Amino acid sequence: METAYMIETIIKIVAILTVFSALAGLGTYFERKILAFMQRRLGPMVVGPYGIAQVAADGIKLFTKEDIIPTNVVARIFKIAPVITAATAFMASAAIPFLPSFTIGGYTVNPIVADVNVGVLYVLAVMAIGLYGPLLGGMASANKYSLLSAARGAAVFISYEVITGLSLIAPLMMVGSFSLIDLNNFQNDGYWMVVYQPVAMVLFLIAGFAETGRTPFHLVANDHEIIDGFGTEYSGMRWGLFFIGEYANMFFYAFLISIIFFGGFGDGSVSGAFALLGKVSFFFFFFLWTRAAWPDIRPDQLMALCWKILMPLAVINVLITGFVLMF
Amino acid sequence: MSKLPSLEKYKDRNVTEGSAYYQVDIEDYPTTGWGKFKQVVNRTFRLELFVGLWVVLREMFKFNIHTVQYPAEKLPIGPRYRAVHEMQRLWESGTERCIGCGLCEKICISDCIRMDTRIDENSRKEVTEYTINLGRCIFCGYCAEVCPELAIVHGGRYENVSEQRAHYLEFDDMLTPFDMAVAGKVAEYPGFGAITPHEDERVKTTPLAY
Repeated sequence: METAYMIETIIKIVAILTVFSALAGLGTYFERKILAFMQRRLGPMVVGPYGIAQVAADGIKLFTKEDIIPTNVVARIFKIAPVITAATAFMASAAIPFLPSFTIGGYTVNPIVADVNVGVLYVLAVMAIGLYGPLLGGMASANKYSLLSAARGAAVFISYEVITGLSLIAPLMMVGSFSLIDLNNFQNDGYWMVVYQPVAMVLFLIAGFAETGRTPFHLVANDHEIIDGFGTEYSGMRWGLFFIGEYANMFFYAFLISIIFFGGFGDGSVSGAFALLGKVSFFFFFFLWTRAAWPDIRPDQLMALCWKILMPLAVINVLITGFVLMF
Repeated sequence: MSKLPSLEKYKDRNVTEGSAYYQVDIEDYPTTGWGKFKQVVNRTFRLELFVGLWVVLREMFKFNIHTVQYPAEKLPIGPRYRAVHEMQRLWESGTERCIGCGLCEKICISDCIRMDTRIDENSRKEVTEYTINLGRCIFCGYCAEVCPELAIVHGGRYENVSEQRAHYLEFDDMLTPFDMAVAGKVAEYPGFGAITPHEDERVKTTPLAY
């Protein structure tokens, strides 16, 4: 392997890690501000101008808090669980093209760590492994709320993962490739994928809410029912890792939806790159928007929704797409 | 203080024709399968989820913020709010209004007022010691009501902090500064302890003989 390629890849990885860790922090700021504005409040206002330095204050707090390992927990698993959530979230980002390729000083940079030919499959699989964070953390915590949260996580997981996979089959059948760059280029020639596959888009979005644990499906760590769920016994930076993982997941899911269904970065021009960032920002905003507007549903309602309504819809969608492609 | 809208029409709590109250029309929850199905269809095609999204988005763009940034901004309190006590002085002369009658000490139901008096050279009663234990005070306002001289009143200072549970307030802390009273900088006291504006209508003539 070339040295230049190695160095480039390492730089990309470091860039993704730093940018998205910082974005996770900024994401909390935007979440608080947007939720506040929607509820006629002001949100954080004290630290820095318009409270922008609240991110730094929270970061200092997370980093300097004591790391408590409670007495009865299974210490080894308890310690490693948050790392799984954060690590898998960032590992999943390896196959996501964040921007179109550009040239700096005659050197072409592809802002994707690895354009593997099973891109979508890889991203979904690694994101799914992220479930082990809440699951193991909740089971190792020796706390009934954490245990409930882990049980919910597992029950919900098998429901929504079916939808994620089945909903993507139809678009992938049309494109004939798992690579996210191929998916992007396919829409470059014709319309956006959402025009061909509106049902798949809606299903994928719903599954995304379950996957990232955002509000209509915020069951795994539902504050008013089970305290902080799997995070109840965590403190300091271990809890912070869960947090970074969740927010990074939200950003990566927003990238996935934008690339698969909404045209991605288009033809790869500068305007296309900004269009992609705009779409991602919109979907991140949408995740916050629904949190202000919609109520949470119960785990059994989510499971019924997934198995009884969404899964048949996804299967029918795949069938219809198949017939249309065949004839 | 902004003037509140008239609440007169809300005083009659009976739901009648023309009253301000009305029965909310709530449909019964469906119990049959067909009824539940109709409800689902109805909710789906009226796009209720998006109504909620629209409402919060509208509020965001209206930007009609109701937050009071408390230490920097404060809401006005009612004129007859009962916060920490104040001792008034007479205008012009600046004499303390307290005549040391001891009624406030007697009436205090939480027993937090303590005073000592003596007869001074001009054979007037003079207050030598006067403390209120704010840790015990329940701010009922009896002391201000009973005071015949409008000497002890309830002021508007509601932010208090103390290092110990028994937090004493001394006479001099509560007393209006002498130079302010003499310079006429103190407005006529309208707060708790003063007579209400429509007191004349309320008062009944005392019969001359029982």
